Amino acid sequence: MSGTTILIGTLLFWIAAWITNNRLSKLEPRQKSAKLAINLIIPFLFGAALIALWEGITRGFEVPSVLLPPPSMIWERITNSVPILWADFQQTYLKAVLAGYVLGCGSGFLIAILVDRSPFFKAGLMPIGNLVSALPIIGIAPIMVMWFGFDWQSKAAVVVVMTFFPMLVNTVAGLSVANSMERDLMRTYASDYWQSLFKLRLPAAMPFIFNALKINSTLALIGAIVAEFFGTPIVGMGFRISTEVGRLNVDMVWAEIFVAALAGSLSYGALSLLERSVTFWHPSNRR
Amino acid sequence: MMTRGAGTFLPVLTIVAAIIAIWYGSAIALNAQFEWDQAERIGKETSWTQVIPATMAQERPVLPAPHQVAQEIWKTTGAMIQRGRPFSKRSLIYHAWITLSATLLGFAMGTALGITLAVGIVHSKVLDKSMMPWIITSQTIPILAIAPMIIVVLSAMGISGLFPKALISTYLSFFPVAVGMVKGLRSPDAMHLDLMKTYNASRNETLLKLRFPASLPFLFTSMKVAIAASLVGAIVGELPTGAVAGLGARLLAGSYYGQTIQIWSALFVAALMAGLLVALIGWIGQIINRRLGAREVLS
Repeated sequence: MSGTTILIGTLLFWIAAWITNNRLSKLEPRQKSAKLAINLIIPFLFGAALIALWEGITRGFEVPSVLLPPPSMIWERITNSVPILWADFQQTYLKAVLAGYVLGCGSGFLIAILVDRSPFFKAGLMPIGNLVSALPIIGIAPIMVMWFGFDWQSKAAVVVVMTFFPMLVNTVAGLSVANSMERDLMRTYASDYWQSLFKLRLPAAMPFIFNALKINSTLALIGAIVAEFFGTPIVGMGFRISTEVGRLNVDMVWAEIFVAALAGSLSYGALSLLERSVTFWHPSNRR
Repeated sequence: MMTRGAGTFLPVLTIVAAIIAIWYGSAIALNAQFEWDQAERIGKETSWTQVIPATMAQERPVLPAPHQVAQEIWKTTGAMIQRGRPFSKRSLIYHAWITLSATLLGFAMGTALGITLAVGIVHSKVLDKSMMPWIITSQTIPILAIAPMIIVVLSAMGISGLFPKALISTYLSFFPVAVGMVKGLRSPDAMHLDLMKTYNASRNETLLKLRFPASLPFLFTSMKVAIAASLVGAIVGELPTGAVAGLGARLLAGSYYGQTIQIWSALFVAALMAGLLVALIGWIGQIINRRLGAREVLS
């Protein structure tokens, strides 16, 4: 096909998708399932139109693939290099991100429960925690690489530091959600500290904790990938991205980004599902 | 939120003192090994009384002591000003300025984009339903990962310097603004919107006179997040440029040559900048909110 036909076809598809979406968003069906389907179809169509536009523009205007490869080329690269992508994924996600995420969130959570017992510590640590959450912590990556070596341990260490503070700040904030009336009720039940912690305050803090878990899931992936720019063994998503950029294999870079995006979205989605089942009582989840 | 003031001053001071004490302790623990090895190599007897001061004055310590970092920062900022060369390439002020300009440009573009998107989303149901899920998905993509590609590809096209870095900052900072503004523009309740309707106000008038003022507290809360993200974007954007200029380049150069003190001082200047920028936005927000008579809004 020539460039112009591709362009015109893409444009037609884009317009058709836009009109369909316009119609769909005006429908207001009674059934819940139909409503859900429409709410899924609209963003899906929008995404499909975006990808079609991308494909059409890159092919139609013959954009050099070094600049922006068309999606079909990226997909071809993904299917052709599954073993490499899997090895990188294992190194970066399954080792560095998961280890760091569990350690960082876990320690942030435990420290928050300890800090919560002392008002003095809480007053001192919270402003510092809030400040540190806003800092470019990613900058400690070179230091961690120096301390813990090139392998995944140094990346996990960066992830630990990055995820620790959001978890700490959010958990402490969440633990103070349960109000004095509810706490008094627990006291009239003669519950001790741990009982009221596990049965009242922690469940009430769950929306905050899940908020931190979600923020951290993105931060952790970013931290691990960027830390690999500072030195790594010859495997890993960050390593692959920085070397393939140097060799101008841009389709491989996009393939890695696709894997990272997939991993990021899936973990975010899994956390949202878990959140919905744990905090089923929260107003935002009740219909 | 915590009330700031005298009530938190003492606890914060205590924690900061504790952190500095732990830092000195760790510096001694981590750097001592080198001193023992050094002494053993030349066959000299040494003791803790000699080792401890030595751990504080190494040239390339594993962990530099706080005063070493402070000295390095002073040497590359204040001392440079005294010598009348604040913008020399060896001065951190120069590097901080490079990073700051990319941060501010990216932040401005990101905020503009975020507000535009939010206005569109609030006014059009199609945009709301088709774009909101993708805006959220866009943030689960570790965008910083493609920072090197954006830089390299744009420089291959002949665009280099400030703009590519600002682009990364834009991507990181538009999201909090867009989400916060959607929330803010929808915050006027039905009663106020009805009142505007009885005034026969057009959509534009409602937007300008009701929705926009109501959204300002939300805007400033999300702008605080956005500027911090924007700084991170600018720093990471400087990594792949081959360590030319900027705080990110200082980090990379420091890590290549094992200059730990340089890394730590760049890190502290970055942290200081982030703190100042967030505080500045918070301060402007407070003034404007007070002028508008808005109550404190917690998002």
